[in-house]
Amino acid sequence: MFGLFRKTPAQQAEDEARIQASLSKTRQGFFGRIGSLFQANEVTDDTWDELEELLIQSDLGINAATALVERLRSRVRKENIKRAEDVRAALRDELLKLLAHPPLTNIDEPRMLTVVLIVGVNGSGKTTSIAKLARYYRARGKRVVLAAADTFRAAAIDQLKIWGERTGVDVIAQAPGADPGAVVYDAIRASQESRKADLLIIDTAGRLHTKYNLMKELEKVHAVCARQVHAAPHETLLVLDATTGQNAISQARHFKEAVQITGIILTKLDSTAKGGIVFAIEEELGVPVRFVGTGEKAEDFAEFDPRAFVDAILAA
Amino acid sequence: MFESLQTKLNAVFDKLAARGRLTEQDVDVALREVRLALLEADVNFRVVKQLVARVRERAIGAEVMQSLTPAQQVVKIVHSELLQTLGEPARLDLSGPSPHVVMLVGLQGSGKTTTAAKLALSLRKNQNKRALLVAADTYRPAAVTQLEVLGKQIDTPVHSEGTKVPPPEIVRHALQRGREGAFDVIILDTAGRLQISEEMMRELEQIKALAKPQEILLVADAMTGQEAVNVAKGFHERVNVTGLILTKVDGDARGGAAISMREVTGVPIKYLATGEKLDGLEPFHPDRLATRILGMGDMLTLIERAGETVDKADAERMSRKLVKGEFNLEDFLGQLQQIKKMGPLTQLLDMIPGMGRMAQDLAPDVTDKQFRQIEAIINSMTPQERRDPKLLNGSRKRRVAKGSGSSVMEVNDLLNQFRQMQRMMKQMSSGGRGMRGILDMFR
Ligand SMILES: Nc1nc2c(ncn2[C@@H]2O[C@H](COP(=O)(O)OP(=O)(O)OP(=O)(O)O)[C@@H](O)[C@H]2O)c(=O)[nH]1
Ligand SMILES: [Mg+2]
Repeated sequence: MFGLFRKTPAQQAEDEARIQASLSKTRQGFFGRIGSLFQANEVTDDTWDELEELLIQSDLGINAATALVERLRSRVRKENIKRAEDVRAALRDELLKLLAHPPLTNIDEPRMLTVVLIVGVNGSGKTTSIAKLARYYRARGKRVVLAAADTFRAAAIDQLKIWGERTGVDVIAQAPGADPGAVVYDAIRASQESRKADLLIIDTAGRLHTKYNLMKELEKVHAVCARQVHAAPHETLLVLDATTGQNAISQARHFKEAVQITGIILTKLDSTAKGGIVFAIEEELGVPVRFVGTGEKAEDFAEFDPRAFVDAILAA
Repeated sequence: MFESLQTKLNAVFDKLAARGRLTEQDVDVALREVRLALLEADVNFRVVKQLVARVRERAIGAEVMQSLTPAQQVVKIVHSELLQTLGEPARLDLSGPSPHVVMLVGLQGSGKTTTAAKLALSLRKNQNKRALLVAADTYRPAAVTQLEVLGKQIDTPVHSEGTKVPPPEIVRHALQRGREGAFDVIILDTAGRLQISEEMMRELEQIKALAKPQEILLVADAMTGQEAVNVAKGFHERVNVTGLILTKVDGDARGGAAISMREVTGVPIKYLATGEKLDGLEPFHPDRLATRILGMGDMLTLIERAGETVDKADAERMSRKLVKGEFNLEDFLGQLQQIKKMGPLTQLLDMIPGMGRMAQDLAPDVTDKQFRQIEAIINSMTPQERRDPKLLNGSRKRRVAKGSGSSVMEVNDLLNQFRQMQRMMKQMSSGGRGMRGILDMFR
């Protein structure tokens, strides 16, 4: 029966349309210019330099950008690619290769209770993304419960509760200042018993990845999940703001070390930012993007589709 | 491991120097490293281009090419260009009659609400000003409650009208209340918005028109990437910001976005925001940010921190001992205890040029455990042994190990480390290079 929850072609098209739409708002942006870059007749040294700059502008990072241009250049030479059109196709291909084809998210696998832990730096969009996930999986027939394990930030619990109401899912919370581990413990028990939930999504406090004690706290929350539910958390998702620059790599590295993040939710793709840093994160750390956020409403959300992402990037 | 620009340039010039005189092309090779470093720090690539062009102009001059230390010269030039771009730190303009209106604007999640509370607290603590906080973000769920909770924490009134009243209306009422209540400053916490959102930017213009803020501060995340330029430009074009606040500076982002935003707006950086505690608002020091952008750590903060905790007379006594090579295990223990007072070791290492990486690999509880073990071992020694570790023969070591709950191997490790340290210190002090010497070690 869980096959039912796979994306239908219609859903797929809808997701793609959403990403395209949000990225096309910024057509005048630089990735839009990549497309036109290869519309000129001749590919010269300047073209390559410009390509590198355009990639850097999209936050790919200097290393990923230079490596990509190098690869593309040698490929163009080796395969004797002449037409600008074909160079563009090769570029698309190289960009796609950087984004692994992640296996379908673990969330859909059949099990009694699936636990998803949401982590990230302050203000990246965790709580909003949780609302989006809740809506998304509820619409796919899951019984969703949210755990308010951000007991630190002022009014964080209220924020999650409002989202719970809006999306029609239960929120398990304690008082501000409560131990996040205890909240999670409670939430798991409640999900298993009274609420009969099959998907528990845990909101955690925003924390800078360099803060030792806060990262330790997160490890504890992770451990509580693992102790209470077999193989939990089944997904640990890092919420990353697309406007983030090179620091995103450090974020991903630290969160991976602490709680073995299994994927990324890339938020704020409706901004002018391109989120190019995810190429570097994939390449260096092997952490794939799972979902994208494209606005402040619960429906501004889609499963990540590498092709749609790259195409939107290259759209002229 | 040590990746500061200085290190990279040293490597470049060492290679070149082997060939003799430096040429213009050589300088260009070095400038490529400069470009890389700036891009890695998230400085916008257009801004990097301009910066590098300026650096080149100066570097091609006699300054670098005839210098015996070309790497240092280049770093000096880059540093000074960065300083130029970052500009002088500026204070909040609170001239004229009160209440003064300060409006905070920025993208979603950049830290406006927390910063509003920090600003209110800082104004009261440092300038004895009474602030009224205004909850004008009616969009994000519980944003109003968040500001109310923060207001309570710092005992500062918050003007809020729930989420049904349009923000300009709320602001209008707040201005009235600010005047009547004889507040000095009215701080408007506006909703986060994208600079390309026409509707939301129009709202901001409306609020500006009726509140006539004396300061409009763009609150931006220190982790922002290349887009910082578009964000700053977008906000500046619509509402003419008067200053910048860089938030989340307590992380490990290099903060090159600050350079980009300065360059496109020309307005000063007014504060750096650190941490989630409400006293985390610092005046902006261009020199520190410049060294940070260049990946040279934050020595100044470290030194300042040391100054706060280390007793001066004690430090002088210690350095005399060091010079004479009289530094013993007792002193070592004392030093460790001093360091412990300065904060978690990893945090300290983060501030030292090139050591950030190493800090990432260290866990403070491990370090703290090691600290405790070292203390236990040294405490199990007799005073004579502490002063003269050479006395420690096999049986004495066994006794110390037993007394401190460790193994003989661990005692040996400590003694080895101590000897190494002694050697290092002697070298440093005999060179008479003091702080410079320490800095060089980290290159
Ligand atoms: N434009 C846009 N805004 C978003 C998106 N996702 C979240 N936001 C906004 O970003 C701001 C911060 O979102 P939150 O969900 O509160 O972020 P958080 O990570 O939970 O924040 P903390 O818990 O404080 O660390 C809010 O104003 C959200 O509306 C997105 O995809 N696009
Ligand atoms: Mg949150």
